[in-house]
Amino acid sequence: MVAIQLFNEIGSIFRNTPTFALVLETLLVITVIWLLLHRRGGGRRRQLTKEEEDRIIADYEPEPLVADTDPEHPLLRTRIVQSKVGKHIRVDGHDCLNLGSHNYLGFLEDQEILEEACKSLRKYGVGSCGPRGFYGTMDVHLDLEDRIAKFMGLEEAIVYSYGFSTVASAIPAYAKRGDIIFVDEAVNFAIQKGLDASRSTIVFFKHNDVEDLERLLIEMEKRDQKNPKKALKTRRFLVAEGIYMNTGEICPLPELVALRQKYKLRLFLDESISFGTMGQGGRGVTEHFNVDRDEIDLISAGMEGSMATIGGFCVGSHFIAEHQRLSGLGYIFSASLPPMLTQAAISALDRFEREPKIFGQLQSKAKSLHQKFSRFTKLTLRGNELSPVKHLYLAQAADNFDKELKLLTEVADKCIARGVAIVQAAYLQNRERQPVRPSIRIAVNRLLEDADIATAFEVIESVSNAVL
Amino acid sequence: MGNFDGDSGTVFEQSYATTNGNGKLANGNGAASFSPPEKEELLSQRKFSAPAYTEIRTRRCHSKPTNDAKSPSLINYHPEKKSTSNGHASALSESKPNQAEGKLSPAEEHRQKTSFEEVPLHTACLTYLGFYLLMILGYINQLLFVPKVATEKGRDGYVTLYDAFESFYSRYVYRRIKDCWNRPICSVPGEELTLKDRVTDDYGWSFKFTGTETRCLNLGSYNYLGFAAATGRCADESEESARQSGLAFCSSRCELGDNEQLRELEAQTARYFGVEDAIVFGMGFATNALNLPSLLGPNSLVISDEKNHASIILGLRLSGATTKVFKHNNMRDLERVLRQGICHGNPKRGGQPWDKVMILVEGIFSMEGSIVRLPEVIALKKKYKAYLYLDEAHSVGAMGSRGRGVTDYFNVDPKEVDILMGTFTKSFGSAGGYLAGSKKLIDFLRTNSHAHCYAASISPPIAQQILTSMKTIMGEDGTDIGRKKIHQLARNTRYFRRRLAQLGVITYGHEDSPVVPMLVYLFSKIGAVVRTLTTRHIAAVGAGFPATPIMEGRIRFCLSAAHTKEQLDFALEAIDEIADDLGLKYSRKPRDPNPVVY
Repeated sequence: MVAIQLFNEIGSIFRNTPTFALVLETLLVITVIWLLLHRRGGGRRRQLTKEEEDRIIADYEPEPLVADTDPEHPLLRTRIVQSKVGKHIRVDGHDCLNLGSHNYLGFLEDQEILEEACKSLRKYGVGSCGPRGFYGTMDVHLDLEDRIAKFMGLEEAIVYSYGFSTVASAIPAYAKRGDIIFVDEAVNFAIQKGLDASRSTIVFFKHNDVEDLERLLIEMEKRDQKNPKKALKTRRFLVAEGIYMNTGEICPLPELVALRQKYKLRLFLDESISFGTMGQGGRGVTEHFNVDRDEIDLISAGMEGSMATIGGFCVGSHFIAEHQRLSGLGYIFSASLPPMLTQAAISALDRFEREPKIFGQLQSKAKSLHQKFSRFTKLTLRGNELSPVKHLYLAQAADNFDKELKLLTEVADKCIARGVAIVQAAYLQNRERQPVRPSIRIAVNRLLEDADIATAFEVIESVSNAVL
Repeated sequence: MGNFDGDSGTVFEQSYATTNGNGKLANGNGAASFSPPEKEELLSQRKFSAPAYTEIRTRRCHSKPTNDAKSPSLINYHPEKKSTSNGHASALSESKPNQAEGKLSPAEEHRQKTSFEEVPLHTACLTYLGFYLLMILGYINQLLFVPKVATEKGRDGYVTLYDAFESFYSRYVYRRIKDCWNRPICSVPGEELTLKDRVTDDYGWSFKFTGTETRCLNLGSYNYLGFAAATGRCADESEESARQSGLAFCSSRCELGDNEQLRELEAQTARYFGVEDAIVFGMGFATNALNLPSLLGPNSLVISDEKNHASIILGLRLSGATTKVFKHNNMRDLERVLRQGICHGNPKRGGQPWDKVMILVEGIFSMEGSIVRLPEVIALKKKYKAYLYLDEAHSVGAMGSRGRGVTDYFNVDPKEVDILMGTFTKSFGSAGGYLAGSKKLIDFLRTNSHAHCYAASISPPIAQQILTSMKTIMGEDGTDIGRKKIHQLARNTRYFRRRLAQLGVITYGHEDSPVVPMLVYLFSKIGAVVRTLTTRHIAAVGAGFPATPIMEGRIRFCLSAAHTKEQLDFALEAIDEIADDLGLKYSRKPRDPNPVVY
């Protein structure tokens, strides 16, 4: 009885179901079966016999570990520095005026900083022999963190042992998969690596173009409205440099801050060049634009520029900066900064606080160099007039970047032979996000005299006229 | 061990008694020399009355009866006192730092010397139970009390910045033993170090300095060959270099950051390993993280040991290569993964063969204390035409009769390893890292390495420290100091590891590895041991979840050539007592009843 009832029941289901639904369901069943079988087919492919495996392995021919390198590759040839780096430098046997080292404030020549660093060496030895967690934290590290935080008027600073790793570790400490980061397209390579490591969605906006950024933000807002659930979980970041290493331009900070507020972004600012050079007290672009530093979520900077040592730091509120002590990879897993170099940074801060006039001096030097260097006939200057980093490009573009680089290298070589040290900026063109136009990167030193700038101008002008 | 004093001929004028951990002086034999140090002793004990150093009460209030097999009757050493250093007074004995003793096959011998003793079942259960208890208490704590942490200001309506579990874990679980890490020191991290004492009034939310200092025996720093020093040849030459060339270049190697010294360092490094060329970088972590991406592409397969360091993992992530993990130091699993990987090709490209397959291992694994089974890895690499990347961060200098790392230890031609990587932070007492190999490889790196092109070059005094210490190890300074240091480290390692095994605690890793993890399993015991060791003037490192699996909380000791037998005995004595008090003697292996000969 039950069997007949069941049979009738099934019959009625079939009769009552529309034909198209039946066809669809049949197709569905067939697809499921096909998928299952296909899986198994894949599985069968995986179960190779031992002989087959051996044959594949015997046939396998890997590529060489690395490709051959052209012996003429421009990066293979480096210039040898034969003296202490200062306002003057001896390069490849030529005594030169130095316009190539990022020693903006001239602290590399400072005897007092050197003495204090050596004193520190005599107390702590050279290396720290351990990461910060495992007895690599010395009182100098804590002291430096304290001093930086106080100097910047923020709650907490955290010191890294390498400038490159600072921002490259800071970004992935916060931004994770699924988050969105808005980035200026001209950011330096360290930031690009930090973005890669974060695995977030990266949105590039045109260099220093706030309108383009806003356009992208509006697009994002529209997408969010379609999927509000996801929007509630997506963190948004905005990453910019104070002064761009690759262009010498200053970021439009007030506009960025306004957009940050409007679209609820978190703003990370890399001040590797602008820290210790911009603003009346050397506190960077925030001071230059008179922007409240609380508006910026995290400021990071290398100490390899104005502070003339090694390493870097991040500074921000306790809530933000402290997090890196447990998730900044370059902080946790690396040996801490050698104490003598930490001491050099503390001594540099001492100078910052004691003699704030040095920043004005540097800015006026940058300005006068900018005015002078804008007048080259065959080269064009790029960069903000106050920025200590400027770029010289060929006024007349060559066919390709390789050719431009060759010409610029020739200019740099001949300038060095005539006593002015300038170098073409080094890039790994094939690894940058997009190829960067070759240039000569000029670094301004506070100790330059007007006469020095005039000499440098004469030399570069006559060399470039001869070469180009 | 007993005839040591006779050998060295060093007479210790002062003999200090040890304390048994309660602040009471132990029943020492040298009663005559008591009175002056006694006061200091008590003073130093009082420093620890603060909560952060709350000591674990020992069960026995009287001193342990001296047992000549276990502990020396008199410890001639205490870090709070300036001990007369005996340097390398002990003459070279016949114990060899290298293998090749028995008639076993090298692979078998290596296996026998490596120990990963399994955890007793009840300990495993207790460990999990303890951990979950901590978590539950943490959750209750979170519900009942408002956390005393900084909150974000002026960011209302923003998506929360942190993952909820992460902040919970660091606030309510990690905080309980937070004082065991990031301890500030204010001295050379040599064989001894000076801790800046700190206390917490609020259970680990914040710390305050007491203004006092504690001298501790240093078993925490990676100072394997004892080159961390503020005096002596290395420091002198570093200072000279700083005065001559300045503290930095303020430029990358490719711009204006190269000089003769760095070239010399590279040539010296290449000579040290017996390979064609080498390239150096300013940071060890960055050496892995910024060079692996240049060597690997999206169609590369990487076979990586499961215990590899974070810098390697970051480098692999940046490279975009496919990574497969094999079981720690397990050659059979490595072969299985290799076979499978090569046979099936790149699944993302429909089974197309890989451009290259690279095996990534470390010389000494820093958390496990094990040594890579290099000859077997090399055999597999050849069989499957893979490339080998060897990270010798901990093993360079510390292993092998000439201190040249695991290739030296196994007497393998360094050219068999495609890429030798290591750091200068540890054995050389400096900072930075290197990659060494064929000229072709290094030329490629010079034109493709991120760190070479963009990051700052090594500071001159830092480079000089490496050069001087490397020359010392190689004997190019005309002395045998380097050779003695290597020997002393090998000897210290054997002695310390054997004595620990005799005590009955579980240690991981290989007999010859100077990284000695001692398993304590329970999360809370990590804190207890580190704190109690501090009260006994010993600085050691603890590691727990998430750095290790939940089950495997451990204390790590790093030995150094600068340690003397007295210092090791002093540490072993303390460890013995702590292990008794906290029940750390988990080992079920038979213990060697004979005294261990130094």
